[in-house]
Amino acid sequence: MAQITLKNLAHSYYPNATKESDFALKQMDHVWKDGGAYALLGSSGCGKTTLLNIISGLLRPSQGRVLFGDRDVTDAETSERNIAQVFQFPVVYDTMTVRDNLAFPLRNRGMDPKYIAERVQAIAQMIGMEDRLSRKAQGLTADAKQKISLGRGMVREDVNAILFDEPLTVIDPHMKWELRTQLKKLHRDFGHTMIYVTHDQTEALTFADKVVVMYDGRVVQMGTPEELFETPAHTFVGYFIGSPGMNLFNAKIEGNRAHLQGASVSLGAAYGPLSGRTQIGIRPEYVTLSRGEGLPCRIRRVEDVGRHRLIRAEVAGQPISIVAPEGMEIGADLTHAAFAPGKINVYADDWRVTGGAA
Amino acid sequence: MIKTQNNKAWFLVLPVLVVVAFSAVLPLMTVVNYALNDTFGNNKFFWVGLEWFEEMVTSSRLHDALGRQILFSAIILTIQVPLGIYIALNMPKKGFWASFCLVLMSLPLLIPFNVVGTIWQIFGRVDIGLLGHTLGALGIDYNYTNDPFDAWMTVIVMDVWHWTSLVALLAYAGLQSIPQAYYQAAKIDQASRWAVFRYIELPKMQGVLLIAILLRFMDSFMIYTEPFVVTGGGPGNSTTFLSIDLVKMAIGQFDLGPAAAFSLMYFLVILLVSWVFFTVMTNLDRQESK
Amino acid sequence: MALELHSVSRSVEGRVHIHPTTLTLQKGTMNVLLGPTLSGKTSLMRLMAGLDAPTTGRIHWDGKDVTGLRVQDRKVAMVYQQFINYPGLTVYENIASPLRIMGRDAKDIDKAVRETAEMMRLTPMLQRKPLELSGGQQQRCALARALVKGAGLVLLDEPLANLDYKLREELRIEIPRIFEASGAIFVYATTEPEEALLLGGNTAALHEGQVTQFGPTPQVYRQPADMTTARVFSDPPMNFLPCTKAGGQLALGEATAPATGSFAALADGRYTAGFRANHLTLERTSADAVPFRCTLGVTEITGSETFLHLRHGGDKWVGLVHGVHDLADGTEVTVWLDPAHVYFFDAEGRLAAAAAYARSDVKGAA
Repeated sequence: MAQITLKNLAHSYYPNATKESDFALKQMDHVWKDGGAYALLGSSGCGKTTLLNIISGLLRPSQGRVLFGDRDVTDAETSERNIAQVFQFPVVYDTMTVRDNLAFPLRNRGMDPKYIAERVQAIAQMIGMEDRLSRKAQGLTADAKQKISLGRGMVREDVNAILFDEPLTVIDPHMKWELRTQLKKLHRDFGHTMIYVTHDQTEALTFADKVVVMYDGRVVQMGTPEELFETPAHTFVGYFIGSPGMNLFNAKIEGNRAHLQGASVSLGAAYGPLSGRTQIGIRPEYVTLSRGEGLPCRIRRVEDVGRHRLIRAEVAGQPISIVAPEGMEIGADLTHAAFAPGKINVYADDWRVTGGAA
Repeated sequence: MIKTQNNKAWFLVLPVLVVVAFSAVLPLMTVVNYALNDTFGNNKFFWVGLEWFEEMVTSSRLHDALGRQILFSAIILTIQVPLGIYIALNMPKKGFWASFCLVLMSLPLLIPFNVVGTIWQIFGRVDIGLLGHTLGALGIDYNYTNDPFDAWMTVIVMDVWHWTSLVALLAYAGLQSIPQAYYQAAKIDQASRWAVFRYIELPKMQGVLLIAILLRFMDSFMIYTEPFVVTGGGPGNSTTFLSIDLVKMAIGQFDLGPAAAFSLMYFLVILLVSWVFFTVMTNLDRQESK
Repeated sequence: MALELHSVSRSVEGRVHIHPTTLTLQKGTMNVLLGPTLSGKTSLMRLMAGLDAPTTGRIHWDGKDVTGLRVQDRKVAMVYQQFINYPGLTVYENIASPLRIMGRDAKDIDKAVRETAEMMRLTPMLQRKPLELSGGQQQRCALARALVKGAGLVLLDEPLANLDYKLREELRIEIPRIFEASGAIFVYATTEPEEALLLGGNTAALHEGQVTQFGPTPQVYRQPADMTTARVFSDPPMNFLPCTKAGGQLALGEATAPATGSFAALADGRYTAGFRANHLTLERTSADAVPFRCTLGVTEITGSETFLHLRHGGDKWVGLVHGVHDLADGTEVTVWLDPAHVYFFDAEGRLAAAAAYARSDVKGAA
């Protein structure tokens, strides 16, 4: 197990990259703590897979170093890095039994057969495949195969890190629950450093202690799920985290007030003069419909999402999403939308600005 | 599967059925006719029943040819399949050299059979052939026209040269379809090169290898042109394979009855072996996926 | 004007893929087929499209029997999970292709293509090739090709499954809008309950080749006919608890509650109580709420809410509560449940009494 340090790291798929736009991964410095559960979250093409491949050793970065603990592994082969990886699609050895699949990484390292048998048994129990250990892997369903892949990733106790590349893509929603909690439990029990790549915010937020949000080859925020939700550092994080994402309004900021088109709201903090494009952001969860309090609001559409209602409306000439509790009556008398002042974030040129006392 | 029925399809198949009937079924019936009758020319036939078949089944000449044939096919398969896989494993996976290798590999497959025979017939000659002459100059006593071992070697090397490409190309196609993630997973698992081959590449190539083995078996079992051009079946009868023997019997000796019976049995043997082979392989496949 | 399936079933080599199903899909409706992988969603769609012939039963379209009719002769469009477009053609030609096959004249085609492209927000990309587009745009192109021919039946087989989470969210909002504009019957297969709810319309819950319930989506969600439907239509999975009713009292685990409202009408006996994750709370929220002592497994924090994985006796439960609660594994916690949120299922798994809140809710919506 080891701490992972990315020093001055950048990568371009072009041989002589000079322009910033040539880089799939823009320069970054990060230290990922030993035993942490990290999620790399972003849409396709944001560089998260590039970063994962650099860590796994499939790709050599065009600039910078990768350190596992104190050891520089930038030029080390995948097999020398002592990592485990679970891929997007199940990778199993079809002609082997489930048992042999799980034992394979240990046997290749010449472990004691007794230890291997115990370890395989423990892992099989964890992934719920004890009863199928003697079966051939071929012909199992996709999610059973993916469980074997997960199991093979877990079977070694001494790995530096376990990398997951969108491992739940082929899994049914019900099964996702089970596997996700198992991963989480494994992390608690064994304390491996885990890096989980996904585009799915629910998977990222529920799995990780620290979520690394990537956008356009850059890490725009690294924080706990709560930080990403409450105080997104960049408007992209506000949009990407949460379903629906954060509502954003162009606004002029003056002290502790924000002026929108023909209306103004009070903010939870006071701000000095800001330059560039200024916006305020508020989560749909922190907007409440009211009879007279807040900004005038026109309801366009009400969607019943089961455990809550999603209201698509218009405030200050811009669309807004509002989350209302399940079963709430949405009457014609609800003509206003109130923003919780402490939950409003202020952005200048897409980056969050912290305010002083209100 | 029960699909929505479409009877138009039968009309489209009809022309093929007609052509096949004229080109295969009718000639085959003629052969059956010859096999059950004796003739002394003038299109007069005498019914002999299964006499020709009995004669052929007990004929030592046929037994010898069959033995040679089985040995030949066995040698061909044991050389070409592993060699083809080995070549496929070592071919570049992408870029210019991949295309270059593909073209190079397909060249022998494009040459007509009798030309291949002629090439090797000349190539192996002791007086003017590059191979024969060189071997002679090196002090190796090589002469395919009077040494049975040399004749066999020549025919086998020629067939390997001609057909290994087919196995290699098929295996290569199978290898190309393996996702990169498998190789990376194997690296992470610290699998040896052998384990990668045994547990990833071989299982993934199984389907195409089955086809390759089947094709090579059928072709080698029916081989005629190349050895006929090179050795003419000699020296003696040492490279007289089934089809060469058959032609000798039918055209050379004009024993049409025995030759017809012989060819029918030959046909059935190939059909039977191919069928057994195919069922065994597909059953293996099904059992594994259960 | 409707698509009617009359006891349609399908078996292949003696294995039943679809149990006899009777369904009527009305013109201009959105119909969701909700069920896990291999529950028969695709099989049912193939029967509707005419790609497969049913083993038994008849299929009627606009009152006419179309059971044996080939897919080419029906007005059907289908969109798959994979983004299927002609890679060599531009987006414009891709959308135009079904019309060219139909032999429409050039002016009509141009008009239809431009209108559809506008609706699918593809106008700026008309001259590009599909592979130069993002995944979401490629799928929109496939959708446009399906819609342009004005098919009366549009089948969508998990069309968003291969898209990024956020793109999926955007298209989920767009699809009902597109559907409303087209006026066709839409059939949409998905594994995700949330997707079914967002799409609205009607939902058919599928389990092992059997349609367990068909009706307006919120009604199927709030008044599931049986435990199977409830399980299929809950994400996180529904929590279950054995319980008994005797003498006007409900024994819910270790707690008891008076059997009021519709529960009063239940016969005495054993039932299975079912309730959804979001109805468990960490604080007592109503006077009727009953407490349960549970052992906490893992907690998962989504930023604004927390999933609690609980163990109550031998049962595994999931709770979804507001706020961030980072609690250690193995902590003993008390969770509260308002009996108004509890469904009762009988020994056969059929709904005996729907949760009180759901009944008033459905009435309110009607």
